[in-house]
Amino acid sequence: MRYAMAIDTKKCVGCSDCVVACQTENNVPIGYCRDWIVEVTDGTYPQLEIEIRSERCNHCENSPCVRCCPTGASHYEAGGIVTVTHNECIGCGACIQSCPYDARYSHPDGYVDKCTFCLHRVKKGQQPACVEVCPTKCMYFGDLDDPNSDISQVLKKRKSKTLIPEAGTKPHVYYLI
Amino acid sequence: MREEIITSGRLNPNIDPHLEIWHWHIPLYLFLGGLAAGILFFASLYVVLGKENQFRGAVRRAPVIVPILLIVGLAALFLDLKHKMYFWQLYTTIKLQSPMSWGAWTLMAITPISFIWVAIHIKEFLPKWEWKWLIFKELELFFVKNKIYLAWVTLFLSVILGIYTGILFSAFNARPLWNTSILGPLFLTSGLSAGAAVIILFSKRKGERVNFAKIDIMLIGIELFLIVHMFMGFLASTEVQIEAANLFLGGQYTAPFWIFVVIIGMIVPAVLEFLELKKFHIPHVIPVVLVLFGSLMLRFVFAYAGQLSRWLY
Amino acid sequence: MAKTRRDFIRISSLSTAGVLAGAKYLQSAMPQFLQANQTSGGDVDLQRTPTYCEVCFWQCAGWVYKNEDGSIKKIVGNDDDPNCNGRFCPRGTGGVGMYYDEDRLKTPLMRVTGADGKQSYKEVSWDEAFDFIAEKLVKIKEEHGPECTALFTHGSGGHYWGTLLKAFGSGNIAAPSYAQCRGPREVAFIATFGSGLNSPEPTDIRDTRCLVLIGSHLGENMHNGQVQELSDAIDKGATIITVDPRFSTVASKSKHWLPIKPATDIALLLSWIREIVNNEWYDREYIEKYAYGFDQLKAYVQPFTPEWAYGITTISPGQIRETAREMANASPSVIIHPGRHVTWYGDDTQRLRAVAILNALLGSWGRRGGFFVPDKMSLPDYPHPPFPAPTRTWRDAMGGKYNLADLALASGVCDATIPSPELDCNIKGWIVNGTNLIMTLPDQKKTIDAINNLDLLVVVDTMPMEITGYADIVLPECTYLERWDDFRLAQGREPSIALRAPAAEPKYNSKPAYWMAKELSKRLGLEDYFAWNSFEEMLDWQLKQVGSSLDEMKRIGVKNLPRAYDDLYFQPGEDIEFNTNTGKIELYSTALAEEGFDPMPVYTPHAEPPEGYYHLNYGRAPMHTFSRTANNPNLTDLMDENTVWVNPKVARQWYLKNGQEVYLENQDGIVTDFAVKVRITERIRFDSVYIVHGFGHSNKKLSRAHGKGASDSQLITRVLLDPIMGGTGMRGNFVTFRLEKESEVQS
Repeated sequence: MRYAMAIDTKKCVGCSDCVVACQTENNVPIGYCRDWIVEVTDGTYPQLEIEIRSERCNHCENSPCVRCCPTGASHYEAGGIVTVTHNECIGCGACIQSCPYDARYSHPDGYVDKCTFCLHRVKKGQQPACVEVCPTKCMYFGDLDDPNSDISQVLKKRKSKTLIPEAGTKPHVYYLI
Repeated sequence: MREEIITSGRLNPNIDPHLEIWHWHIPLYLFLGGLAAGILFFASLYVVLGKENQFRGAVRRAPVIVPILLIVGLAALFLDLKHKMYFWQLYTTIKLQSPMSWGAWTLMAITPISFIWVAIHIKEFLPKWEWKWLIFKELELFFVKNKIYLAWVTLFLSVILGIYTGILFSAFNARPLWNTSILGPLFLTSGLSAGAAVIILFSKRKGERVNFAKIDIMLIGIELFLIVHMFMGFLASTEVQIEAANLFLGGQYTAPFWIFVVIIGMIVPAVLEFLELKKFHIPHVIPVVLVLFGSLMLRFVFAYAGQLSRWLY
Repeated sequence: MAKTRRDFIRISSLSTAGVLAGAKYLQSAMPQFLQANQTSGGDVDLQRTPTYCEVCFWQCAGWVYKNEDGSIKKIVGNDDDPNCNGRFCPRGTGGVGMYYDEDRLKTPLMRVTGADGKQSYKEVSWDEAFDFIAEKLVKIKEEHGPECTALFTHGSGGHYWGTLLKAFGSGNIAAPSYAQCRGPREVAFIATFGSGLNSPEPTDIRDTRCLVLIGSHLGENMHNGQVQELSDAIDKGATIITVDPRFSTVASKSKHWLPIKPATDIALLLSWIREIVNNEWYDREYIEKYAYGFDQLKAYVQPFTPEWAYGITTISPGQIRETAREMANASPSVIIHPGRHVTWYGDDTQRLRAVAILNALLGSWGRRGGFFVPDKMSLPDYPHPPFPAPTRTWRDAMGGKYNLADLALASGVCDATIPSPELDCNIKGWIVNGTNLIMTLPDQKKTIDAINNLDLLVVVDTMPMEITGYADIVLPECTYLERWDDFRLAQGREPSIALRAPAAEPKYNSKPAYWMAKELSKRLGLEDYFAWNSFEEMLDWQLKQVGSSLDEMKRIGVKNLPRAYDDLYFQPGEDIEFNTNTGKIELYSTALAEEGFDPMPVYTPHAEPPEGYYHLNYGRAPMHTFSRTANNPNLTDLMDENTVWVNPKVARQWYLKNGQEVYLENQDGIVTDFAVKVRITERIRFDSVYIVHGFGHSNKKLSRAHGKGASDSQLITRVLLDPIMGGTGMRGNFVTFRLEKESEVQS
């Protein structure tokens, strides 16, 4: 089993619903977030193009954050989801330094926090909150090892990319382009 | 025109607009750790070489401050932790791939050793000192008898500690400025140089001071060589590392790096020490303070500039 | 110097007792607020309450979930709701912030004048507030007649206040969403097809093969259902054509983006019509069967060649031809989207007429992938006596103009409030429900002028918006998460009913609007119009009439019903009587001709910005609804200020840097209250700037919104009135940059 997410940049309008849905679902305090929107505009008026991405922890296969964690608080869950066990985290910040995507932050309660792919929902067979709320239905979540899953299908059909593959982290959030 | 912006979310404190998750604590901790490693390195080295009597300053006197350095350093590290009550979790596991774990365990080992080292040399400062309890007397006897082994262990651990102060940074692929293996040797050398400088202060014998001034000049030479080497490596590397190097080559941290670290912290003290060797009268405390300052600044500049260097946006 | 009767009061300047009491509320609110956001992830199955959203007019139905401690945690969409299909937009998801906002209005406030002549607000009881209002209303009725009162409304509470006002004897019930927003479109489509579009628009986007957006920035306006269908259309490979001087989000998703010169859309539309008519790309059978005036139209559009339009619009003739062909290829599954906020240049009804004509030619009205025939549920009103007929309305102040307006004009009511020699009586009392007229109506000075001529201004709101500072009485309404409301009866492919039930007790001393209206009715002797004992009883009674019950609705939240009559689309060869003078789709409008207007749309050139000035274009961001969400803690977290978009060429001329703060000054010398950050971007034309509407709040009591960004409303002082229906065109304003304010220069 290998969980992954794919985000269709052709459909995403950057509305930020994923951000606010994550905040309410996971009780992320105001002023913090686990996911965010990036808009890249290229060209000169009127020859322009925009790529809009909803970004979050990439749940890398080769996660520098898991590697550098001195206590094992950052770890892989079943399906490769990278999570932080709050009461094992000492808040040293090494994992924050180690993430090329800057996906982690220091929660006001002290531990380091980040996207969990809504592990608590996934365990119940639900989709992550961001995927479920997205008005453009531009997000796909599922098991890469299952060739019939939505995500396997969409990745087979469409061209995709990952962010900073050259960092060698083997990210598992894909962007359909 | 290319425009790449985060339109919403990600206003996370200390992450945006640029990373600033490590403040003064970490560079201070790394400086104190490096300095402690430097002192212990020379102390144990001269025991191993059997030259304890020529280098009493290095072996018997200077290490007295090491436990204090380590404790202050650990206190700084502790203050930096955001989830302090879970500090003990560090010692529930050994994570070979985590420099932070290596450091925690190395300090766990070297801190008691530094206390032992001070304890068996306590008569250097308090000639009339007598241990009150028998157990301490026996322990002292044991360590004095096996001092050569203790020295070997200390030598080994001090090198690890010295290198660790650099590896802690260089293990982060995500911060291009840190992500160079030169950082380990560079921070080790800087720590040794600082250690040598402190020994000069503690030494009562001119010959020993001259010896350490020479060592210091040599170490500074190595540091400068490593710095040049580091820039060559960066500039021949990927775009993000070129950009990272540019933080020191015209970018935001150019002045602090070249003025505080290289000129005031390395070149000036090396010249002063050299002049001293050439019989010019220079109070030896001046180059010592400058070396310590440079060593501290090196960590500060790298800690802050490194957090500015990134892959994205 | 004219002394204004009504000083603007910031709600912070309460009497001392009020401040203290307020601080107490704040403290009691804060821990709860933090707590609700900090409890660990909810694994428990949470209790849920049905609601429909009140953050915007789309009114998506959803469920409110609570934490174990009973505090509101999140709102998610109801899977059965046709407006949202189980997916809320960011504003709906962030609706919890409306409830938790600690800046909310907390208790009724009354304007009092102190011994020193300074006006301030005093906290009063609900009884005191109602007694005061009733006394003033009765006085207006006795001195001027009940017609001299008016209601401005946006949102659910409008129905109860409307009932009260109609029972009182006034017909002046206006929503700024008409004359300031979608009015021209309704009039144009009524003139063409005999029926308006209403809300949500019956656009069949999910099945369309070609979607044409003219100045509509779908995706930045989160009209939820439409955005969802836009995404479906992209998936199915529909061609999207976007006409916008700005490279909007949806422009970036489009096959064709036409970066039109502002204010020239009618020229483009006429040229498209000509191409489609002359190349015989129109739906011949449909036009022959249903349309009136094709020959007149054909003759009329002959001069409007793509080359002619090129000179006006700067869109190349090749692009005009190609996009016309794309539309024709997709016919009848094509939508020339009418847009929503369409009050731009004063000739808006005519522009929307051109849009309607184009849709008619392509046969998209009543066809799959075009416009479907909507159906809507209706429920009987709870029995009440008939309303008295008012003897006068705001229309009397209009001098016979705007007869085609099918709803009241907020700006017209505002005009009818300012005394003039032609009026025998101007309006004396306003009830303003949930709409921040200061930001909503163009020409702020005029609005304030009208307010200064009032004997009574009652403002009902959840937040201390700017308008509350002008009120005699401020009534704090509880948020939609804390109250019952009328059912949402949305039009759509199938009729549906949605229930709103309270998920929590009202915070502070806030109350639902239905309760306020009922309480006030008792003091005015109008209680027969609110004859129900409890609101639940009234809702249950209504449901029982259609074979449902409140218990059922509490369980399901949304009930979808089968269509009552006719089909979703016109059947082939079906005979259809359109509700126009001719009974046909009027390409040539007889109704407009009767009123003395051009029966077919005419292009008229509009003013161009003087040297150093730029078109002020404004729009929306997906995470905000106008100015009303500007203080919502969850939504300001996503976007807390607007920026002014400037083309890099313009930025170079002005030596502007990205993120630099500037003030904007319009053609009438009005400067924004607050500085706004420059965003240098290729996405905007060199002759325009763009800002998101709804920022630059001046009321300090809005702790998160105050002073953030610039207010476009402030800069809209030149209003281009639509002679047909009185719409207030707001896009005729030009702005320039001011690097610092005069006051700053002096100091």
